Amino acid sequence: MQNVIVITSGKGGVGKTTTSANIGVGLVREGKKVALVDTDIGLRNLDVVLGLENRIVYDLVDVVEGTCRLKQALIKDKRYDGLYLLPAAQTRDKMAVSPEQMKSLIEELSKEFDYIIIDCPAGIEQGFQNAIAGAKSAIVVTVPEVSSVRDADRIIGLLSAGEIDDVKLLVNRMRPDLAKKGDMLSIDDVIEILGVDLIGVIPEDEMIFRASNLGEPAVGDEKSKAGAAYRATVKRILGEDIPIGVYEEKDSFFKKIKKLFGN
Amino acid sequence: MGLFSRNKAKSSTVAKDRLKLVLIYDRAGTSSNNAMIEMMKRDILKVIQEYIEIDEEEFELDIKNSNIGGEGTTSEIVANIPIRRVKKMARNKY
Repeated sequence: MQNVIVITSGKGGVGKTTTSANIGVGLVREGKKVALVDTDIGLRNLDVVLGLENRIVYDLVDVVEGTCRLKQALIKDKRYDGLYLLPAAQTRDKMAVSPEQMKSLIEELSKEFDYIIIDCPAGIEQGFQNAIAGAKSAIVVTVPEVSSVRDADRIIGLLSAGEIDDVKLLVNRMRPDLAKKGDMLSIDDVIEILGVDLIGVIPEDEMIFRASNLGEPAVGDEKSKAGAAYRATVKRILGEDIPIGVYEEKDSFFKKIKKLFGN
Repeated sequence: MGLFSRNKAKSSTVAKDRLKLVLIYDRAGTSSNNAMIEMMKRDILKVIQEYIEIDEEEFELDIKNSNIGGEGTTSEIVANIPIRRVKKMARNKY
């Protein structure tokens, strides 16, 4: 994928911000210098997911309006060398920034960073248009559920209208056990419906709650299943050919015993 | 359940079918879809005009949803192509 990637979905609550944080941290772990840009003006959250909420002085709108220089607004993550966050403004609305301003902001960031990950707000209005303005590639996040897949289709159409043709799909919160039973859309179903190539499948993982509680993305957690899936996704972004894991949980001996007794 | 629900479609299959249909509605009316219909129209026109002279102005092509006889909604291509005259060429071609 190209180096300016927008993380989008249409529908809210499917994991755009979590994905942005994990991909950002994941790329830094691979030795890249990364800027994470939160474009969800008025409803910022990338700062808390990353645990950087107490360090915000300036934000994206301050940069665009010339209140501060770009470098002053970028928050350097002390845990991950090479990770920077440009937070969204919290007390403004999406109209405070125009797509043209975003485009030049991203261009300026491109000079300094290997990768720029743009966290897009939900919806298809101005905030979405701002988020995609400077992007060269897109990752569409969906969960295997009708409303999310439907919105993803709409977003894919809008991305192509916005001349972003490098679009990949990330299926989040996959439950292979439910898909196997026929009570959840399978990965193949989702790909068939949307007709977009996969960049990753993230299994449902309780550790994600822990990760956001702590402000430490799961990609850095060796024990987290979702973390492992994000690490594989990051390698694919970097061009490595890693097969998509089946994520079928093999029943452990203990689980089998439990099943035997009807639990 | 289990033993008695064997003929019931899996909920994921139902979801997939519903999604496929709803996306035909959603995609219809978007600018990229209109562009696709225009391209299809041009191609169909080209083929038909080799054999038959048609009224280009009145040529209509659209994707519509119908619910004939209450048998569930289906999508179909509806075309209205008024013929001006069948070309001689059609007779002589083979």
